[in-house]
Amino acid sequence: MPSSEPGAAPLIEVENLDVVFGYGAQAVHAVRDVSFQVMAGETYGLVGESGSGKSTVLRALSGLNPDWTGNLRLAGRALERERDRTFYKRVQMVFQDPYGSLHPRHTVDRALGEPARIHGLDRVDRRIEQVLLDVGLGPAFRFRYPHQLSGGQRQRVAVARCLMLEPDVLLLDEPTSALDVSVQAEILNLLGRLRREHGLTYILVSHNLAVIAQMCDRLAVMNAGRVVEEMSVAQLRAAEPTQPYTRQLLTASRGYDRAAAEAMESFD
Amino acid sequence: MTSPVPQTAHHPEPLLTMEDLWVRFHTRTGIVEAVRGIGLSVGREKLGIVGESGSGKTMTGRAVLQLIRPPGEITARRMDFQGVDLLAADERQMRQIRGERISMVMQDPKFSLNPVMTVGRQIEEAYRTHTRAGGREAREKSLAMLDAVKIRDPRRVYDLYPHEVSGGMGQRIMIAMMLIPDPELLIADEPTSALDVTVQMQVLAILDDLVSQRGMGLMFISHDLNLVASFCDRVVIMYAGRIVETCRADRLEEAQHPYTRGLLASLPEVDRPVATLPTLNRQDSWREEPGVDAFL
Repeated sequence: MPSSEPGAAPLIEVENLDVVFGYGAQAVHAVRDVSFQVMAGETYGLVGESGSGKSTVLRALSGLNPDWTGNLRLAGRALERERDRTFYKRVQMVFQDPYGSLHPRHTVDRALGEPARIHGLDRVDRRIEQVLLDVGLGPAFRFRYPHQLSGGQRQRVAVARCLMLEPDVLLLDEPTSALDVSVQAEILNLLGRLRREHGLTYILVSHNLAVIAQMCDRLAVMNAGRVVEEMSVAQLRAAEPTQPYTRQLLTASRGYDRAAAEAMESFD
Repeated sequence: MTSPVPQTAHHPEPLLTMEDLWVRFHTRTGIVEAVRGIGLSVGREKLGIVGESGSGKTMTGRAVLQLIRPPGEITARRMDFQGVDLLAADERQMRQIRGERISMVMQDPKFSLNPVMTVGRQIEEAYRTHTRAGGREAREKSLAMLDAVKIRDPRRVYDLYPHEVSGGMGQRIMIAMMLIPDPELLIADEPTSALDVTVQMQVLAILDDLVSQRGMGLMFISHDLNLVASFCDRVVIMYAGRIVETCRADRLEEAQHPYTRGLLASLPEVDRPVATLPTLNRQDSWREEPGVDAFL
């Protein structure tokens, strides 16, 4: 596990991150003093329920939400509120809903070509062919429109679009929660293979502990904007969570149990 | 393919029986067959209907309440609810059944609640439409129902509008509304998939009690195999509009059909890490082979 290498510098550092939406009495403190580090080549999981702040952390990191305070660093360099092209060349994001993240009137070719043109890359044709092969679609899909693709194929296109820039980091926001379980398995396998082949670093946000356990090395459990507990997946499996919230999440992930349901607490 | 189906100990007689149910949509490009000749019955039990998107599970639930509009068309050899022929019932008769005797919880509260009416008044309305209760009684009953679905401050929530409540709370309000007329059969279409696990467990416990204590029948439509296996009594697995397999929920792990086996295998599990998740190898024959019946 990359995290265990002594002295290795983290690729991504989040330090005392706070995100507040709105002002005064209406203010919502979505992320509270969150800190964690992600090593190069690692898959780091952020797990929590709706409203826990996990996606907000990811959006602050990606530059989609400039309203944050604290310190964010990529490869040791501080990130500003506004990001330039060199940042997006290294960090790309996959969203939850493959139906919403592709332009309905742009072909796959145009969707894939756009980041390359923005960044002034050469050999766009070759790159498009290559990324389509990388995500298991092949050249037959190049001139199709999103409505001609299934949900799983669209998510593959979204991943391919990220790969066009040959990034180091992929931020994955619930990448399989809109998909059927059999398609979820295909996308998770694809993401695992791409990470190994391209040496990528992932931050994976999910409400599904099983997905996190399948994909990640380490994880942070979030609730009400805070990191409740950080641990390795091995510790999670060995049922070693120390926090009651994490234990409850683990129990619930194993299915319905009348007695467990009775004992569920609210941790708002 | 069919493992022995349990006879629910106390109430073996079905509430609802459907034989050879078809749901077809007549479109410009031809006829789309969403449900293709299924047979099933529901007793005073928790019947899970699982399948992937497009398998026909939602359409099966909607067909029971005749909630499919043209160009959709429902046909069946028999659709019997407690002696009422649902196919022959006209709109007036259906209105007496919908909500009062059979009710339905939909997946998304955002589209199911009236945005310009307070939550409390909507629940009250559901109660007063089906009973002769007066205003005070309806209000008290509504507050008690909000409390039953674990809403912490029912009096405050009563006066809120749907946009002022969270998704999870909206879903519990929907459930309260559907349960207040005391239906004999509840059709729940992914009722808990928008909820956090804690609330999900609590809502399932409420439904569980209604079935075991009041003898309600529950059709629980879901894509979540683990949840259905741990929650329901019987399971029906649908693929391409047909029932490919049915079994006791606690025996789902022993399911035989390659589709069911494939779905189960593709689920990641916290305790069982695998290098690569098995993926489903769909066979054309699954679509063509005759389905099985899931009668009690």
